[in-house]
Amino acid sequence: MRDVAIVGAAMLKFGRYPDKTVPELGAQACLLALKDAGLTMKEVEIFVSGNLYQANATVGQRILKEIGQTGIPVINVANACATGSTAFREAYMSVASGAYDIAIAVGVEQMGKMGLLGGGGAGGGSGISTEGILGSGLMPAVFGQAGVEHMRKYGTTFEQFAKVAVKNHKHSMANPYSQYQVETSLEDVMNARVVAWPNTLYMCCPTGDGAAAAVITSMDKARQYTTKPIKVAASVLTSDPWSERDLILPDVNTLTRNAAKEAYEKAGLGPKDLDLIELHDCFATAELLHYENLGICGEGEAGRMVDEGETMVGGRIPVAPSGGLLSKGHPLGATGVANICEVVWHLRGEAGDRQVEGAKVGLAHVIGLGSACTIHVLQA
Amino acid sequence: MAQAEAPATPQQKPIVPFLRLPQGPGDKAHLQGSRCRQCGATYLGSRMACSRCFSTEPMEDLRLSDRGELHVFSIVHQSAPGVPVPYVAAIVDLPEGVSVRCNIEGVEPDPSNLRFGMPVEMFTEKVHTDRDGNEIIAFKFRPANGTS
Repeated sequence: MRDVAIVGAAMLKFGRYPDKTVPELGAQACLLALKDAGLTMKEVEIFVSGNLYQANATVGQRILKEIGQTGIPVINVANACATGSTAFREAYMSVASGAYDIAIAVGVEQMGKMGLLGGGGAGGGSGISTEGILGSGLMPAVFGQAGVEHMRKYGTTFEQFAKVAVKNHKHSMANPYSQYQVETSLEDVMNARVVAWPNTLYMCCPTGDGAAAAVITSMDKARQYTTKPIKVAASVLTSDPWSERDLILPDVNTLTRNAAKEAYEKAGLGPKDLDLIELHDCFATAELLHYENLGICGEGEAGRMVDEGETMVGGRIPVAPSGGLLSKGHPLGATGVANICEVVWHLRGEAGDRQVEGAKVGLAHVIGLGSACTIHVLQA
Repeated sequence: MAQAEAPATPQQKPIVPFLRLPQGPGDKAHLQGSRCRQCGATYLGSRMACSRCFSTEPMEDLRLSDRGELHVFSIVHQSAPGVPVPYVAAIVDLPEGVSVRCNIEGVEPDPSNLRFGMPVEMFTEKVHTDRDGNEIIAFKFRPANGTS
């Protein structure tokens, strides 16, 4: 495998775009990323599109009908919340393998104001939904239970989980791409209505629309297009290995730990080398679990870490300087590529008021329930 | 000549295949699980092969206990349309090494009423009647009375 670099990155501000189609949103992000790279569709050799809710509708090809049909291979990817980052990885693999020199990965989603995600599904045989009868398979309860498991194990408190939301909402104030830019006090977060204990409304990411795209090339070619190529030092995808309660209580931890271990080995770097992290804070509870899963603190120390502000911008290891999924939004297919864009901007020194000073190495983590986990380590 | 179809007698049906309803007088509803004969991994319901050790040998059928311990929970205040809230959504560990996702009833849905490891027991009740008049039976858990 050869070295690969990101030479173009762009995203649309996440939010609501009821007047746009999914291909239009994706196309807009692609054009911006190509412009950022100084390339056109004419040079692109392979195109990978991530989208979940129109997974049967050749979104990638429809994007190319908006921006340029050259007959190149198009791959459409669906992989739960890790859809966008899996699309990025497919593009990465295409170039790293030597098969192609220039690729685009785009992630796009239009969710509108759809309700809670996930679900117990039909009850196998009876055809009756088990939701609310046999517990809950909706994401708020699943990640609520994952947080309660951390409380049980380590005595982590509701207040500590709430502090994650306070931090990420504060970070969002400096991110013009964020769906919400609303600062919340600890009291606001803790007194908001409970969606699924211990997550209150401000501890749950919103649904929305959005798109993000990245242009990648072999490292050899990258310098033709940019003075600041960002190296993809590791690109890892894992699924859930067998573990005791998985599928009953989805195990969001083990596959992240496996991915982190592999990513650090591939990059030849460790958690201490990271200058910033964009992780999958779909719920405030999730973020704390991933501090330990990514090895940025010891077992059971995540609560203390957020108490001491170590993951604030300006702290020891800033997490979610973008505002995270909690503020920036989580249009499923777009999320994984947008996280990569955010890290790229910090490593180029182009992240504006939220810039993590002197950032050289960043990590982007995404988890999709079912489960799929991607980790990308990027290096300036 | 085709005979008119006799109307089917309404029956009780389990909401999920791994809930086994009583087969006769004296029998009790129970959850069904399986255990891998090679590595001992246990599962709720059945599996085609062991996802831990990949053994394809038919698994041992387990009749799971109706008592277990509360592992973790969430209090659901917002759910899909039509689902009554708030309620306790929980994961219960059974002594056979199987976990099960369920509602906990018989307790006010507030975190202060739930204790990690508290003993719980299974019961069944009708949750729905389908178009043909069949009663759909679900299992739920509640705090266990007395000693187990």
